[in-house]
Amino acid sequence: MTTSLDKEMSTPRGWTKRHLLGLQQLDADEITAILDQAAEFKRLAAEGETKLGALSGTYVGNLFFEPSTRTKTSFNLAAKRLSADTIDFTAAASSLSKGESFVDTARNIEAMGVSMMVVRHSSPGAPQLLTQHLNASILNAGDGTHEHPTQALLDIFTIREHRGDLKGKTVALVGDILHSRVARSNIWGLKKLGARVIVCGPATLIPEQVEKLGVEVSHNLDDILSETDCINLLRIQFERQRSAFFPSIREYAHLFGMNGSRIRRAKKDILVLAPGPINRGVEITPAVADGPHSVIIDQVTNGLMIRMACLYLLHQTSQNVLQVAAQGGS
Amino acid sequence: MHTILIRGGRIIDPSQNLDQVGNLYIRDKRIVGMDGTASLANEVIDATGLIVCPGFVDLHVALSEPGFEEDETTASGTAAAVAGGFTSVACLPDTDPVVDNRAAAEFIMRQAERIGRCNVFPLGAVTKDNKGEELAEIGQLVEGGAVAFTDAKRPIANAEIMRRALEYTRMFHRPILNHPQVPELVNGGVMHEGFNSTLLGLKGMPAAAQDIMVGRDIALAEMTEGRVHLMCISTEGSVEQIRRAKARGVNVTAEVAIHHLALTDEAMRSFDPNCKIDPPFRSQEHIDALIAGLKDGTIDVICSDHQPIAEEKKNCEIDLAPFGIIGLETLLPLCVKTLIEPGHLTWLELLSKLTVNPSRILGLEKGTLKPGADADITLIDPSANWTFDPKRFRSASRNTPFGGWEVTGRAKMVLVAGDIRFHSNDESQNSSDMSRMKGNTR
Repeated sequence: MTTSLDKEMSTPRGWTKRHLLGLQQLDADEITAILDQAAEFKRLAAEGETKLGALSGTYVGNLFFEPSTRTKTSFNLAAKRLSADTIDFTAAASSLSKGESFVDTARNIEAMGVSMMVVRHSSPGAPQLLTQHLNASILNAGDGTHEHPTQALLDIFTIREHRGDLKGKTVALVGDILHSRVARSNIWGLKKLGARVIVCGPATLIPEQVEKLGVEVSHNLDDILSETDCINLLRIQFERQRSAFFPSIREYAHLFGMNGSRIRRAKKDILVLAPGPINRGVEITPAVADGPHSVIIDQVTNGLMIRMACLYLLHQTSQNVLQVAAQGGS
Repeated sequence: MHTILIRGGRIIDPSQNLDQVGNLYIRDKRIVGMDGTASLANEVIDATGLIVCPGFVDLHVALSEPGFEEDETTASGTAAAVAGGFTSVACLPDTDPVVDNRAAAEFIMRQAERIGRCNVFPLGAVTKDNKGEELAEIGQLVEGGAVAFTDAKRPIANAEIMRRALEYTRMFHRPILNHPQVPELVNGGVMHEGFNSTLLGLKGMPAAAQDIMVGRDIALAEMTEGRVHLMCISTEGSVEQIRRAKARGVNVTAEVAIHHLALTDEAMRSFDPNCKIDPPFRSQEHIDALIAGLKDGTIDVICSDHQPIAEEKKNCEIDLAPFGIIGLETLLPLCVKTLIEPGHLTWLELLSKLTVNPSRILGLEKGTLKPGADADITLIDPSANWTFDPKRFRSASRNTPFGGWEVTGRAKMVLVAGDIRFHSNDESQNSSDMSRMKGNTR
C-alpha cells in the first residue's frame, strides 16, 4: 500500500524552507513547487494511492488556539495520508494566557517528540513567535487577520487546475478584505504568479493603503464582473466584527452578494470560489454555490492535496537538515 | 563646608543660555557658580572632554510602585534614572492603589526618600481611580506633594471632566498632563494604522485619534485658561495644531517620547511585542513633523515615557501583550542618534528639552545651574561608543526593542544635591579609570 514515494520525488525543486509562515516570504518558484507537489499527490490519489509512507514515524501536532473544524480536519487527514501520527491540541488563547503561556504549551508538546506543528492562532505573528523558541517545523494554519497560506494555495491550485497559468488572469477578492487573512495570502500568491488582482468590498472593509500591495480597489461589484476571470467570495466574518461595518446583511447581499443575475452579467466562463464556510444567501446564493461556475467543493478536495504537499516539503527540508548535521558531525 | 570643583568641562545650561568651557563650583549641596578658588576645593572632578549640564528632568515615568513591583520599584526605577542622566523624575499615578489621595502621594515621596537616589515627584490622578468619572481630591494631593495631574495612559475622554479639571487645577497653578487619544478610534488597536498594519493584519490606531483630542484639549485650555500639557505627541496633525495654538498664546505645552523618533511602524514587521507601544510607532512623515516641531520649539520636552513591564507579561502574542517600553537608560543615546548626529538640534537646544523646560512645566526649581540651585548635575561623555545591552540595565524590566543598538553618548557621572549617585565606571573593574575621573581628592 505504501509506495516508493521517496524514490519518485526525493528532491522537490526549489524548496528549502523549514517553516511555512505565509506567502509573503515565498517566491514564485516555491509556490509552484507546492502546487506541483499537490498535483502529484492528486494524481496518485486518482490512481488509488490514498496512503503514502512519506511521514511514517513523524509526529504532527495540530495546535489550534482558535476554533476550526474544516481546516483542522483537512490537516489531520493530510498528515494521516502521509502516515504521520497526529495529536490535536485545542485551547482558547485567552484562557491560556492566564496560566501557561502559548510558547510554553508548544514547547511541552515538542518535548514529547512532536517535530511538526500546524498552528492556528487569533494573534498575527504567533506562528513566527514559535519559530523563535522551538526547533519544530511550523506551519501556519491561520494567524489572526495576517496570513492563511494553505487556503490561498488551495484557491490558486483550484484556479490553475481549471484555467491554467495564472499569468494575466484577473482575480477578484470580494467582501471583508480588512479582517481576511485569506485575502492577504491570496494577494501575495496571485501577484507573485502574475495575476491581476482586484479587491472589492464596502469601503469600511477595505484596509488602509491596500493598493500598495499591487491590487486595484473597487466598491462596485457590477463594475468589475465583465473583466473578472475568477471571483473569490470571502466570508463575512461575524465573529471578527467588533462594530458595524455595514448597515445590514440585506444591504451587503444586495451590493456584494453573488447571485444568478450577476452570474448572467459576468464573463460567461467566470470561476466562482469561496473559502467557506459559506453563508448561503449572504455572499453567495445557493443557486450559484451549487451551480456550474462554482468550484467550492473542488477547493475542499484540493485543500487536502495542498496540505499534504506542504507537510511533505517541510518534512523533506527537516530530513535534509538532519542529514547534513549528521554528516557534518561525523 | 564641603566644596566640589568640576573642572574643565563644557558647561551647558539652557536656563542661562550658556555653553562654554569652564569650572563649576558646588558648596554644601548647592551650585556656587563658575567662579571660585580651585585650591579651596575639597574634591575635584576632572570633566575634560565632558559636557556638564543640569541633571535631566523626566516628567513622564512609571515607577510602578506600589502594586506592580514585578515591573519596577522605586529603587530600580530611580537607579535606571540616574544611570540615564536623570536627577528628577515625575511618576505616573496609575499604581495600585492609584495616587488619587494625599496618603498615596506621600507614600511615593517617602519611598523615594528612603531609597535616596534621585528626586521623585508624584503626579496625582485627575480623576478617582483614573476612571475618568469624578475629580480626585486635587487640593489635598497638592498638599501631599503632587506637582501635576494626569490619568496616565488613560485619556481623559469626557470633555466635560477635562474642562472642570482644567478649571479646578488652575486654582493651584498646576498643569493637566493628558494622553490625547480618542479611545473609540483605537479600541483593540495594536499599531499605527497604515500600510504596515494592512500588511500584518494588525488592527490600526489612526493618527486622527490623537489629532482629534489634541484639538479638543487646545480648545478647552483656551476656554478655561487652564494649563494643558500634551503627552507623547506623535502625529503631524498634532504638531501643526499645537504650533498654531502657541502662536495665538494658548497655555499649552507638549512632549515627544524619544523612541517615536527612533523607529517607524515598519518595526512591527518583526511582531516583537517590545515594539507595541501607546501611542504606536508612526510612519516617517510623522517623524519628520515631530523633528520640525522640536526645532521650532512647538514641542517643549523630550521624555522617556518609561513604562517597565515584566517579561512574563510582555513576551507573548502581539495581540495579548500590554503596551509599553522602558526608556530611562536609552534616552540620551537615542537623542544623540536622532537629533544631534543628523544636526537637527544643538546640544544647548537638546538639553533645554531635557532640563529647564520640563522643570518649568512642573513648576520645579530644577534643571538649572544658576547659583543657589540644588547641585543636580549630569556629566555627559558625548563621544562614548557603546552597545545597548538590556540585561545590564538597572531597570527591573527589559522591554525595549533597542537591545544590540550601537550608540554614542552616555551619562558619565550624576550628582544629586552634590552627592555622586551614579558613575558609569561603578560596575567596571577599571579602578584606574575611576581614580582618574575623581582627580585629586583632598
